[in-house]
Amino acid sequence: MKNENAITVSELTKTFGTFTAVNAISFEVKKGEIFGFLGANGAGKTTAMKMLIGILKPSSGQATVAGFDVHTESEAIKRNIGYMSQKFALYDDLTVRENITFFGGIYGLSRKRIQEKSKQLIEDLGLGAVGKSLVGSLPLGWKQKLAFSVAMLHDPQIVFLDEPTGGVDPITRRQFWEMIYKAAHAGTTLFVTTHYMDEAEYCNRVSIMVNGKIEALDTPKNLKQHFEAATMNDVFLKLARG
Amino acid sequence: MSIQVHEIYKSYGQVNALDNISFEVKSGELFGLIGPDGAGKTTLFRILTTLLLPDRGNARVAGYDVVRDLNAIRRHVGYMPGRFSLYQDLTVEENLEFFATIFGTTIAENYDLIKDIYVQIEPFKDRRAGKLSGGMKQKLALSCALIHRPKVLFLDEPTTGVDPVSRKEFWEMLKRLQEKDITILVSTPYMDEAALCDQIALMQDGKILEIDTPEAIVRHYPKPIYKVGAHDMYLLIETLKAYPHRHSVYPFGEYVHYTDTRMDFDSGELQTFLEAHNLSEIHIEETAPTIEDTFMELAKP
Amino acid sequence: MKRFTGFVLKEFRHIFRDRRSLFILFGMPVAQIMLFGFAITNEINNVDLAILDRSKDDTTKEIINKIAASEYFSIEQFLDSESEIAPVFRKGKVKAVLYFEPDFGKKLIQPGRAKIQVVTDATDPNVASTVSNYIASILQSYQQETRRVVEPEYQVVSEVRMLYNPELKSVYMFVPGVMTVILMLVSAMMTSISITREKEQGTMEILLVSPLKPLQVILGKVFPYVFLSITNAVVIVVLSIFVFGVPVNGSLFLLALESILFIVTSLALGILISTISATQQTAMMVSLMGLMLPVILLSGFIFPISSMPLPLQLISHIVPAKWFIVIVKGIMLKGVGFAYLWKETLILAGMTLFFIGLSAKKYKIRLE
Repeated sequence: MKNENAITVSELTKTFGTFTAVNAISFEVKKGEIFGFLGANGAGKTTAMKMLIGILKPSSGQATVAGFDVHTESEAIKRNIGYMSQKFALYDDLTVRENITFFGGIYGLSRKRIQEKSKQLIEDLGLGAVGKSLVGSLPLGWKQKLAFSVAMLHDPQIVFLDEPTGGVDPITRRQFWEMIYKAAHAGTTLFVTTHYMDEAEYCNRVSIMVNGKIEALDTPKNLKQHFEAATMNDVFLKLARG
Repeated sequence: MSIQVHEIYKSYGQVNALDNISFEVKSGELFGLIGPDGAGKTTLFRILTTLLLPDRGNARVAGYDVVRDLNAIRRHVGYMPGRFSLYQDLTVEENLEFFATIFGTTIAENYDLIKDIYVQIEPFKDRRAGKLSGGMKQKLALSCALIHRPKVLFLDEPTTGVDPVSRKEFWEMLKRLQEKDITILVSTPYMDEAALCDQIALMQDGKILEIDTPEAIVRHYPKPIYKVGAHDMYLLIETLKAYPHRHSVYPFGEYVHYTDTRMDFDSGELQTFLEAHNLSEIHIEETAPTIEDTFMELAKP
Repeated sequence: MKRFTGFVLKEFRHIFRDRRSLFILFGMPVAQIMLFGFAITNEINNVDLAILDRSKDDTTKEIINKIAASEYFSIEQFLDSESEIAPVFRKGKVKAVLYFEPDFGKKLIQPGRAKIQVVTDATDPNVASTVSNYIASILQSYQQETRRVVEPEYQVVSEVRMLYNPELKSVYMFVPGVMTVILMLVSAMMTSISITREKEQGTMEILLVSPLKPLQVILGKVFPYVFLSITNAVVIVVLSIFVFGVPVNGSLFLLALESILFIVTSLALGILISTISATQQTAMMVSLMGLMLPVILLSGFIFPISSMPLPLQLISHIVPAKWFIVIVKGIMLKGVGFAYLWKETLILAGMTLFFIGLSAKKYKIRLE
């Protein structure tokens, strides 16, 4: 049987001294799914994500990402995923084109491929007029869209997004989600870490982490039904307040 | 009137951070500035708290002019900047004590005002501020901004980066403060928080799009809105955008908010169109507009 | 007043809770004075010599013994021919070779002139010139004892008397310099960093939107450092007196007053730096590049100003540290009073007023 899971996590645990940041979490993310990974600050979601992208060794448990083991094949994982965070995405002091060339380069794209990609990307995003502008001078919304496209440059199987649309205006935010839907439609798996509950509403399925454990995992619709809540925000409130 | 802003302009180089801003806030009102990053909210706060000079226009806070009566304003307003701005290496109590001292008062004198908020962090009063959780930092910052019993309180994005539980608690605190006759100007990028204010101004790119009560703002939405769902979101959005009569198509969580250009919209016709484009599990239903819908309609290019 | 003391209390809390600043404040002065006092020195001790004696008579033996007996030199080896000189230097241990011409003793008696050649390793010019001076003075004293002329001696015999620091102890020179560096570092760098930290953390915004007057903020920031700098000055003076035996020939009271003046100068500079820097990192860089380098290089602390090219000499006049070093040396080593130092003091005071005025003008009561 063909494995249709992009990410499989089983009993994954991370402890720092006596503190258990991630406590035996298990879940699966299907190929082409938009998976929301929610939790309050300090709930352990960043630690869990760091283990999945191969930059932090798990204390115990198993996980495979894009078919590779997080214990032994972290380098292969890094080549097959994309990553975009709100805190760091692009170099503000490089131009749009320079950023594309740089990130294309570190993922080993050929010069010709980079040229094709950057032409297409600048066209798709309508950035033609600002191709030579410093990224720092662009409005936040443009930056975020560009950062997402750059994270997709090397056609990764899975893209990890860390609070991708915080602070962005409502229209640009929707354009951003349309890009995500498009990527998912094309078969890319999207793993969205966030504590913004409105971002959760857009995901196919969401998990909610509280104190290192996954306390709920379902589609937003089912979660709202189950918790008799109108929004994901209310679901979260009910869950966190116990 | 507690705050009067009259035709304020401010630009940084080529960028118009504030472009002809005018509004008024009544005494005791909870007034919200709603807008994304870069809308100009912080610049406006800084002008009203005398930290920046406007290029043009004038404003009065608690009866004092923001340019001329600098010292009077600084005595009578409380300000909580967007970034956590307390001394991380001082304890909770030392921070509060410090701000009380520089405003020439004591914790005891105004304890009744901050009591509700401060009791929640008092068990940690010997902990350094840098070691507090996001929600607790925010409560401490609010206590510090209130300790001198200001007439007007300026809160710049107090709930950004804070989890939903702390956000909810924070708004409950603001509601209680309002009863103590403090005028509050608060900014937020979260549209869902707008409903908790008495009056809101929707801001984008340095301009105010609309000012009204949250109820009136959604009431004024010009068209019926339909929420549309189907089995495949991407296909649904693409198909709706290709529908000749569409006015706006915005994904909204698991649905798409759709408005039509015609007054006599027929959902059956749209259903047929969607089905013809291989969509299944179609669901079309009229829904109430939200503040976010209004915001997008006003900001629509 | 309560506001001010509250502010000062907060400053002390910041200082005592930050290990890095505590180390700079109290570790640095002690470390520096020890470093300069013990490790870094201009004096020579037991420098290795090689001797090439082509005469091998009683006279050369006497001279060699005299040199070997001095604490400055130790004789490493005897050479047999000129061709060995170059290899011996290449090995690097030997710093100088002494060459006696053939028949040195005889020539000294008849015709009364004999030649001795001093070959030094000038890769370290300071050591080279010191070595040759020392050898010259040993020869001079030998010749005075025997009243015979050894060439190449001074045709004009000059007698050098070292005033104020007869033993040429380098710690005497370094104490004023170290004191200057420390006071500058603590006062200027620490204040500028502590003010810019408030900007960086966003707390300056809150302080501005409070009834605190800018002057109160500045004085509150500066006061703890005045106190700490004075403590430091005392530590340095005490260490130099009791550990290194540096005398304070002049008035301690005057030294204290002049030090306070210099502390105020440095604080004013620190405030000035903080008005032009937005981050702690910038403040640190500006302090290091703009203050520490001139203090170390252009103040006469390490390199004598009189041997600098004219442009640098002119620049050194605007380095406040230069004037303070002159003052400290005057008081500690020469034991002179205010009557001799009023000019330097006046210059320093003038600079201080200028910096205070400039930073007051630059200090912003708003953001930008």
